[in-house]
Amino acid sequence: MPRSFPHNPQLNANGELQHLLSIEGLPREILAQILDTAEPFAGVTEREVKKVPLLRGKSVFNLFFEASTRTRTTFEIAAKRLSADVINLNVAASSQSKGESLLDTVANLSAMQADVFVVRHGSSGAPYLIARHVKPHEHVINAGDGRHAHPTQGLLDLYTIRHYKKDFTRLTVAIVGDVLHSRVARSLIHGLTTLGVPEVRVIGPQTLLPAGVESLGVRVFHDMRAGLKDCDVVVMLRLQNERMNGALLPSAQEFFKHYGLTADKLALARPDAIVMHPGPMNRGVEIDSSVADGPHSVILPQVTFGIAVRMAVMSIVAGN
Amino acid sequence: MKLLIKGGRVVDPASGRDEVGDVFVADGKISEKNEEADQTIDAKGLVVAPGLIDLSARLREPGYEYKATLESEMDAAVAGGVTSLACPPDTDPPLDEPGLVDMLRRRAKALARARVYPMGALTVKLAGERLTEMAELAEAGCVAFSQANAPIADTQVLWHAMQYAATFGFPVWLRAEDRWLAHGGVAHDGEVATRLGLPGIPAFAETIALGTLLQLVRATGTRVHFCRLSTATGVEMIRAAKKEGLPVSCDVGINHVHLSEMDLGYYDAHCRLEPPLRSQRDRDALAAGLADGTIDCAVSDHTPVDEDQKQMPFAEAEPGATGLELLLPLALKWGAERKLPLPKTLARVTCDPARILGVQSGRIDVGARADLVVFDPGQHWRVVPEALKSQGKNTPFLGYELAGRVRATIVAGSVVYEA
Repeated sequence: MPRSFPHNPQLNANGELQHLLSIEGLPREILAQILDTAEPFAGVTEREVKKVPLLRGKSVFNLFFEASTRTRTTFEIAAKRLSADVINLNVAASSQSKGESLLDTVANLSAMQADVFVVRHGSSGAPYLIARHVKPHEHVINAGDGRHAHPTQGLLDLYTIRHYKKDFTRLTVAIVGDVLHSRVARSLIHGLTTLGVPEVRVIGPQTLLPAGVESLGVRVFHDMRAGLKDCDVVVMLRLQNERMNGALLPSAQEFFKHYGLTADKLALARPDAIVMHPGPMNRGVEIDSSVADGPHSVILPQVTFGIAVRMAVMSIVAGN
Repeated sequence: MKLLIKGGRVVDPASGRDEVGDVFVADGKISEKNEEADQTIDAKGLVVAPGLIDLSARLREPGYEYKATLESEMDAAVAGGVTSLACPPDTDPPLDEPGLVDMLRRRAKALARARVYPMGALTVKLAGERLTEMAELAEAGCVAFSQANAPIADTQVLWHAMQYAATFGFPVWLRAEDRWLAHGGVAHDGEVATRLGLPGIPAFAETIALGTLLQLVRATGTRVHFCRLSTATGVEMIRAAKKEGLPVSCDVGINHVHLSEMDLGYYDAHCRLEPPLRSQRDRDALAAGLADGTIDCAVSDHTPVDEDQKQMPFAEAEPGATGLELLLPLALKWGAERKLPLPKTLARVTCDPARILGVQSGRIDVGARADLVVFDPGQHWRVVPEALKSQGKNTPFLGYELAGRVRATIVAGSVVYEA
């Protein structure tokens, strides 16, 4: 039955960013707006006084249904640098374990006058459910939902690529590893294709690539050496410990041999290629230390840019 | 009690009859018109057809009364023109003991609305390990044996269960799904699930299980009815099996004839169904297979779910949709889209399921059971919670305008619903 696709729930009636739920479906202009807004914030973080008053008097609730220290911290720093009040809630350990439903938790926090909810949840689509139920002046930022999306990570990856490579339209980007379970990969793929990257590759064994991944606009490689050839950007994905020994992969050693990034494999990419990783890294599993700490690596600058990008996203949604 | 249904368009799919006329009912049966009636229904401009027979409707009793009760769902059945329904054994406890079956039948009978045909559990607690006392259950009123949505993983147990059922000539109703391949999945393993980051259930979870079951049918001679087909390849396999002469039949959920994975949109939990909504190609093959008779009938797969269990992230939401009141309008919609004559459309929800259930209903013929529905095929109504009698308001069609509204439902010659 033909059925009109529902209105993109991230945009308000003026086509502006109301929530950030996914990079998919965002027009190029909004992606560019976020990256452009992040530029001056990257400067702020290097100043002596690292605060701007854009979100003064606003409350940002970090609502983490799934444990995460790093992402939560970067959101917290970003919000504080915008002068917002930040409340961290580790929901995994509190109300949900007492049986409170997701929407009840959100309604309760909403009654405490939240302006921005930063949500991480283990189930794909959970931030959409929350966004459908918050008040019109409240904003939801997806900080990672299941395997679906991690849009601020995708945006900081885009920011990093733009910082080092300037022009998206001449790049070859390879994303390597566990694409199946990766919300980072999905978000980055949508961002890269929207910004006109002509060749996005995914590299991994069949067991770690989702069905019909080509439909996202990527080329599939199972041979890492072939896939890395002439790449400008190499993005390594984290391999979760629980996937290493089982029906998807026999061992971390065999994975590293075929899909771990080593200096000799990286030599197949372009001489000025950059290497990225969303962290936390498994050294010796998906990436060799010599590469992670080597001249091509931009892994630490990614973290720094991440704060600027999250500041940009929060200031844009709270301003709309 | 004598009832006259006057001047309606009488459609009897079994005989192909489709003409304006009167239907006279006496002593619970269709009769020759020759006496004074106690009650008359003016059916001018309306269709008079056999009551619908739904081969899968969960009434949620015993065990899930907070989701729905027998009363609410029997009201929903007759409001939807359903006069007979088969209910799967996945109650709590499952229908694996004669006492439970007997109680359900008595409770249903006391309500005097639709006829209820309980399915017995094929294995104890539906756990796929020990056989139930099928002969005892049959005596208590079970018409067939099923595993509902809990396929047997151990093929040896499955084989023995089919052998044992075949010994007594009991039909077995099974949904073809490989338990391991479906494990953890919540959506069709395809482009949409990949985009939305939802764990997938591949199409071959159905066809691999179907291949196994068809081999076991060959080996045991068991009569098997395949429930809720969901894939194009599955339709092909059933077509070939029927051609080969195997004693098999199958049904499809009415939602699956209309919807595909695309309808998940932004995680619409109303589209969380078992089996999952699959690709548009699968959907088209199901709609075509139902038209050409490869698929014998359409069912509502009525599964009332309380609102709290749907207001959850997609993967955590409880699967299922309410359907008793939507089966008729959605069948009519399917028939209209495929430009089928009305008798053929209605056959898939009347005489065809009656044949599989092995009951003397589903036709309008002198001497037949007077289970009838009178409906207005042109009346549009909007699917809103207030319009549904079922306690479950969960359907992917919420907000839709559908054509076909039931005006009266008659079971055993008594008017059990009138609007």
